[in-house]
Amino acid sequence: MLAINVDHVSRVYQKYSFQHRFKTFKSAIIKGDIFKSLRPDELVMALDDVNFKVEKGTTFGVIGENGSGKSTLLKVISGIAKPSSGRVEVNGKVSALIELGAGFHPEITGRENVYINGIMLGLSKKEIDEKFDEIVKFAELEKFIDAPVKTYSSGMYMRLGFSVAINVHPDILLVDEVLAVGDASFVPKCLDRIADFHQKKKTILFVSHDLSSVEKICNRVIWLKNGKVQTIGEPKRVVDAYLQDVTEKKEEDFERRQQEVTGEENWGEEQRENRWGDRKIEITKVRMKGMDGKEKYVFSPDEGMDIEMDIVARSEVKDFVFGIGLFNSQRICCYGTNILLEDFEPISVKGEGKIVCRIGKLNLVNGTYYLDVATHKKNGYPYDYHRNLYSFMVSSRYKDDGIFRPEHSWNFSSQIKVKQLNTPGQNKENLGSNIKIINKPEK
Amino acid sequence: MLRFINNLRELYKCRALIKTLVGRELKARYRGTILGFFWSFFNPLLLMIVYTVVFGFILMPRDPAFEGSPWLYALFLFCGVLPWQVWFSASSLESANVLVAQGNLIKKMLFPTEILPIVVVTSNFIHFLLGIPILFLFIPVLGKSYTPYLLFLPIVILVQYVFTLGFCLLVSSLTVHFRDIRDILANLLTFWFFASPIIYPMTFHTVQKHTWLQICLNLNPMTHIMWGYQSCVFYGELFHWKRLGITFLISLVLFFIGYYIFDRLRDSFPEEV
Repeated sequence: MLAINVDHVSRVYQKYSFQHRFKTFKSAIIKGDIFKSLRPDELVMALDDVNFKVEKGTTFGVIGENGSGKSTLLKVISGIAKPSSGRVEVNGKVSALIELGAGFHPEITGRENVYINGIMLGLSKKEIDEKFDEIVKFAELEKFIDAPVKTYSSGMYMRLGFSVAINVHPDILLVDEVLAVGDASFVPKCLDRIADFHQKKKTILFVSHDLSSVEKICNRVIWLKNGKVQTIGEPKRVVDAYLQDVTEKKEEDFERRQQEVTGEENWGEEQRENRWGDRKIEITKVRMKGMDGKEKYVFSPDEGMDIEMDIVARSEVKDFVFGIGLFNSQRICCYGTNILLEDFEPISVKGEGKIVCRIGKLNLVNGTYYLDVATHKKNGYPYDYHRNLYSFMVSSRYKDDGIFRPEHSWNFSSQIKVKQLNTPGQNKENLGSNIKIINKPEK
Repeated sequence: MLRFINNLRELYKCRALIKTLVGRELKARYRGTILGFFWSFFNPLLLMIVYTVVFGFILMPRDPAFEGSPWLYALFLFCGVLPWQVWFSASSLESANVLVAQGNLIKKMLFPTEILPIVVVTSNFIHFLLGIPILFLFIPVLGKSYTPYLLFLPIVILVQYVFTLGFCLLVSSLTVHFRDIRDILANLLTFWFFASPIIYPMTFHTVQKHTWLQICLNLNPMTHIMWGYQSCVFYGELFHWKRLGITFLISLVLFFIGYYIFDRLRDSFPEEV
């Protein structure tokens, strides 16, 4: 039994320019043809031939970047927006959590607003009477229900909105990123409710940027990109493919930034400030490479990195040190070293040369990091110092805390039952899979 | 046509929603005021006092119907000002704004959008109804007596309801695309007010003198509605039922046109407001 059938749906948004509007007003008055003159100048494809089916009783996730058409999809399914072409079939009562408390009137009390909102969502007055206490209890607003809604905090507002919408008991629930504002105790409660729904074999369409909860609660996931369906399928596979895509995009971002750094003539004020020294020895180019020798900017924690520096000494220099430093986004030094500290005695340098510092495994947590490189005299007098000019990113699927991510593993005795959700090694990128779980049999 | 009937059927299903939203409007309007609901009575009363002082005492129109009494003239004024100002004018101005102001609702929730102008017209209608007891109270006070023709008032009210609804549907949907209408409307309503026999009777000597003036006034549907109120309350006679009948037909046509245009533009609302 199908709950939702989205059949080759496209949705075009129209862009009207000011000029155009003015023209139409004139022509509308003079010629009297209002419909003809309302033609837009430009079309934006928000959904482009989207085609999928949702079986009854499934929790269906929708992921994608901002502006990829997720909200439009929900609006089309809920009927708020009409598809420009194609057909949407929905079997059952739909409740859309697109924005919570959209119908609330600030001047009147929470109690009255519950009634109005409930009726707007399709309940009868009697049904609301029956559910009223449950709604208020779930929202934890017993004390404030008779105060005007304008006195509510945004959290209270959201809780009441969610509580009304979820108590409508629809057959199909559309959830659009509404849990983002809830506090630490309310969000799990909402997720519980959604899970409850799932158990009752109701259909849920769940839009979220929280990929881990998508992976946890959804049976199937659709990934939208620029209004088109990129992939539909098993949650883990789709989420991984999506992450892969996001990583590639980040990589491009970093590459662009790095290219901006290399051409010195178009350096901005900020970049000039971040480089100093008399250039007796100059660092002309810095590259970050993966172990395969390719330049890259997004690394996983258990990946290695080669830092390559091209240098040129215009005349012979006998007193020199080369060093590197890794900093996180709060400018905390994660690691710093130079050749002197590691027992290399400088003898001489002349002409062009190249230095490679190989880091076997980064072992850093998620985040953006800055690479500083420098060459200076033994007493610290700078030849060429680059600060904050190069950045890279560590992207891990684990949201662990801190800076340093030592290699580690977990051991559980047999009384403790655990299940590993994300089997390491399945992911193509192998994002930070250096966790091992061993269930040791007890003797 | 089929679509029209379907729309009306949908609308009928939503009557509970209309009822609640009207209730919300009424409750929210005077929330925070000390006099609360009494403002619905006071507003037309204050308005009438102003008009009586200015037009009754200062300008005093010479018409046999008023017998030279500013009090009778005040009653005459009240018959027209109450349905015009409290109901028609307020509804038109509000409905020009309602779709844009409630844009959040249109974008985020699924319901027949025409409910919004309907709620505007209906809640103002209730304000008007609340003013009627005041009107009745003043009939003997200002020197007239109750006549059985008061019972014909609901017919006039029905005609005005259909007319106002049609006009508001038209205005509200067009304003979404042409915001200029809001400003045009405010001026249009002032003009329209003076172009309807509200502060002067149709029998006024200057009106009777110019045939072109009479033709113009007769072409204005509001003329016959206002005249209807004045007949029932002030003159105590049967209204001109042929003219009011034609006005009712015109109102129905306006309602069809208004609803048709609203329906045609409906899909553009969520992205335009």
